[in-house]
Amino acid sequence: MTSIESQVLQPYKYGFVTDIDSDTVPAGLNEDVIRLISAKKGEPAFLLEWRLKAYRHWLTMKEPRWANVTYADIDYQAIRYYSSPKQQKKWDSLDQVDPKLLETFEKLGIPLGEQKRLTGVAVDAVFDSVSVGTTFKETLAKEGIIFCSFSDAVREHPDLIEKYLGTVVPSSDNFFAALNAAVFSDGSFAYIPKGVRCPMELSTYFRINASSTGQFERTLIVAEEGSYVSYLEGCSAPMRDENQLHAAVVELVALDHAEIKYSTVQNWYPGDAEGKGGIYNFVTKRGICAGRASKISWTQVETGSAITWKYPGCILQGDDSIGEFYSVAVTAGRQQADTGTKMIHIGKNTKSTIVSKGISAGRGQNTYRGQVKILKGATGARNYSQCDSMLIGDQCGAHTFPYIDVRNSTATMEHEASTSKIGEDQIFYCKQRGLSAEDAVSMIVNGFCKEVFRELPMEFAVEAQNLLGISLEGSVG
Amino acid sequence: MTAPAAAAEHYLAAHRAFLGNGAGAAPAWLAALRARGIARFGELGFPTTHLEEWRFTSVAPIVATPFALPHGGGTSPAERDLEAFLLPGAGRHRLVFVNGRFAPRLSATAGLPAGVTAMSLAEALVRDPEGVRAHLGTSGADAASAFAALNTAFLADGAYVHVAAGTVVPEPLQILFVATAEPEPVVAHARTLIVAERLAQVAVVESYAGAEGARYLTNAVTEVVAGEGARAEVYRIQRESLGAFHVATTHSRQGRDSVVHVHPVAFGAALARHDLTAVLDGAGSSCLLNGLYLGDGAQHFDHHTVIDHAQPHAESHEYFNGVLDGRSRGVFNGRIIVRPGAQRTDSKQTNNNLLLSEEARADSQPQLEIYADDVKCTHGATLGPIDEKALFYLKSRGLGAAEARALVTYGFGAEILGRMAIPELRAQLDGLVRARLLGGGGSAG
Repeated sequence: MTSIESQVLQPYKYGFVTDIDSDTVPAGLNEDVIRLISAKKGEPAFLLEWRLKAYRHWLTMKEPRWANVTYADIDYQAIRYYSSPKQQKKWDSLDQVDPKLLETFEKLGIPLGEQKRLTGVAVDAVFDSVSVGTTFKETLAKEGIIFCSFSDAVREHPDLIEKYLGTVVPSSDNFFAALNAAVFSDGSFAYIPKGVRCPMELSTYFRINASSTGQFERTLIVAEEGSYVSYLEGCSAPMRDENQLHAAVVELVALDHAEIKYSTVQNWYPGDAEGKGGIYNFVTKRGICAGRASKISWTQVETGSAITWKYPGCILQGDDSIGEFYSVAVTAGRQQADTGTKMIHIGKNTKSTIVSKGISAGRGQNTYRGQVKILKGATGARNYSQCDSMLIGDQCGAHTFPYIDVRNSTATMEHEASTSKIGEDQIFYCKQRGLSAEDAVSMIVNGFCKEVFRELPMEFAVEAQNLLGISLEGSVG
Repeated sequence: MTAPAAAAEHYLAAHRAFLGNGAGAAPAWLAALRARGIARFGELGFPTTHLEEWRFTSVAPIVATPFALPHGGGTSPAERDLEAFLLPGAGRHRLVFVNGRFAPRLSATAGLPAGVTAMSLAEALVRDPEGVRAHLGTSGADAASAFAALNTAFLADGAYVHVAAGTVVPEPLQILFVATAEPEPVVAHARTLIVAERLAQVAVVESYAGAEGARYLTNAVTEVVAGEGARAEVYRIQRESLGAFHVATTHSRQGRDSVVHVHPVAFGAALARHDLTAVLDGAGSSCLLNGLYLGDGAQHFDHHTVIDHAQPHAESHEYFNGVLDGRSRGVFNGRIIVRPGAQRTDSKQTNNNLLLSEEARADSQPQLEIYADDVKCTHGATLGPIDEKALFYLKSRGLGAAEARALVTYGFGAEILGRMAIPELRAQLDGLVRARLLGGGGSAG
């Protein structure tokens, strides 16, 4: 085994289970379970109706199998659709929170407690399905920004939820989005009022706990005219032997001249060396640039999960709007990733940029699948796509499936893709300069991903580089 | 019964009639091949746009027309009508097929060099049955495509080119499939088999043409087999009638150190779909796919290419340029597969589309599937109007706006023609491209 392989195969560093009582609904899915979830959360009638409509539609849908991934069939009746930590009362300070819970966050390095003031990051931590702590709410409230858990938003701002929920990802959009719409338990909601530049990075740390509880969270971010927000999403999950389904939905709405920057670092449990266990990450993420000259930027670093299946997309409806997608996806061990983006150009002079970097090591399979669609009215639209793949080891795979559909002849669209391995000459050069093979690989890989990393906010960029290092340690010999 | 099912039944019935009509006298292996074809067609049925491979191309107009097998004594074109589709001054040897049937009166095969066989498949089945049997239908193309399966089911005639080991054919061989205007719309299941044995070299110009405005279906299958160190060049010039439908499958398989060049050029047909598969099944083999499509009016071109790197140290280059005017549409799907163990593969693919009108449309799907690590693979695709910067440059050199546009557009086609090795053919195609792109319109013929 080469040194790089040995590092790829190192155990997952963030695997642990916090043992606290969970208030769980029995496994299985039917209308009663949905009514129960809705009742437990004290939801208004429109939301229950919406869930039931989504569920009824879901029943008529077939699980899609077109992605370039293989996995055993999912038994949707074996999943428990709701689980929340037992304590339901609200806390005045963090001291009253179950210490075990705080310990979990400690291990994850979440800046709750004392750390919150030092780091300056407002955190809405979702522990399984219910928010347990929200910080910096006051600071944000001063600006008129709403940043809270989805359940709180349903209680306190039902008008906003009713107005925007499902407008970007309709409940009938796809199999997993419909499932999410029916059973989603919690998530995050952010609303940036007109002309406000959010003074800090909004961050949420999702975490899956409690065995057999698929997490179905839902995020909705609305940026009003002329506002700006940067949102961070980071993930880590405990080590499990059975596959856990994770089907989240993220909706972004950017109005005139608004900008939303959405960054993700995803590091869920990828399964063991034989590919056993690990998270199924089937996510629907979509943003709409509804207003003129609005901008949505997706940046993602995907190093975890047994199977990643997600296509963060932008609907560029407003004239002069901009969509961006920057992605690094790493598959090692037996991980499979089928990821990419969708850019739908509707408005005039809309622009989109796609930069995707795939790294395959071990027996990993990495697929870029993207769609660029330039509709009839999108005069002067422009797209640039670049998809590069790097192969480390002779048993991995890298695949590129871009779909390009242009219906306006004034549009310009360029797509480039390349696949290569780390050159022996490159490593030789670095070693000659005194670097170890390991450092050389790390340096070359980081250089390969540079265009994506520089889009990440500072804290994430560091974490992303570290994650990449850990994922690929020992891949080259 | 749904329309596609009814249409499929039409062809199944036609096949029963075909078998009862003297075609039954075929050797057992050919009968088995046909049976396999019709069975496969029955299983697949006509493709719909729900299939990923046919997402952008609807064959509904083909399904809606009950194309019949041509009867014997139809009209036969005069020799001078064919001149426009043949190469002037090059390639004395030619095989001409009218509605899929060999026309000896129009063909010229006398004086072929030793070791070179060029004859109709029907004749080859009698004179060299084992040679034909060794390669005919072995590409497996009919397993994947309903149209190729249908072609195999009705296999009766076609072109057969065989070049013995070490033989170099000095002049290009011409194969011409022409369709005549018939009272009923007819289908020609054109079939071509080209075999270049070890170290043989051959260039074949395969052309498709039809009477202007005639409505017919050409369902062509071409199989190319290149032995060790062989070199085969296939120029495939599609100049069908603008009322016609053209569905084609080209499949090549290469041995060690062999070279295969395929140049598909599409001018004609209302709807043309061409599936090209190149299997690099020998180490050190090299393949070039060099295609051009010029669309106008409501023409629809669809090229699906697969380059399959099955062995190490092979290289492939693929260039497809499309110029689309009017309401025409160009679809390109290019897949490169690098099999496990096919190390040191060097593969490059580009697809550039020039959209000349508001209504023209292009779809491009370059795809890479890579299962080996020591490879160099790139693909690129562009779609867009004429580059304003290029126009500005030419105008700054004193060219008028219209001239500058014409020159840039012409350059798009000329780039592809520049890779062709037969000067006479290049000159002929250059004339056609000029007429189409510089002359403003003109017919596809």
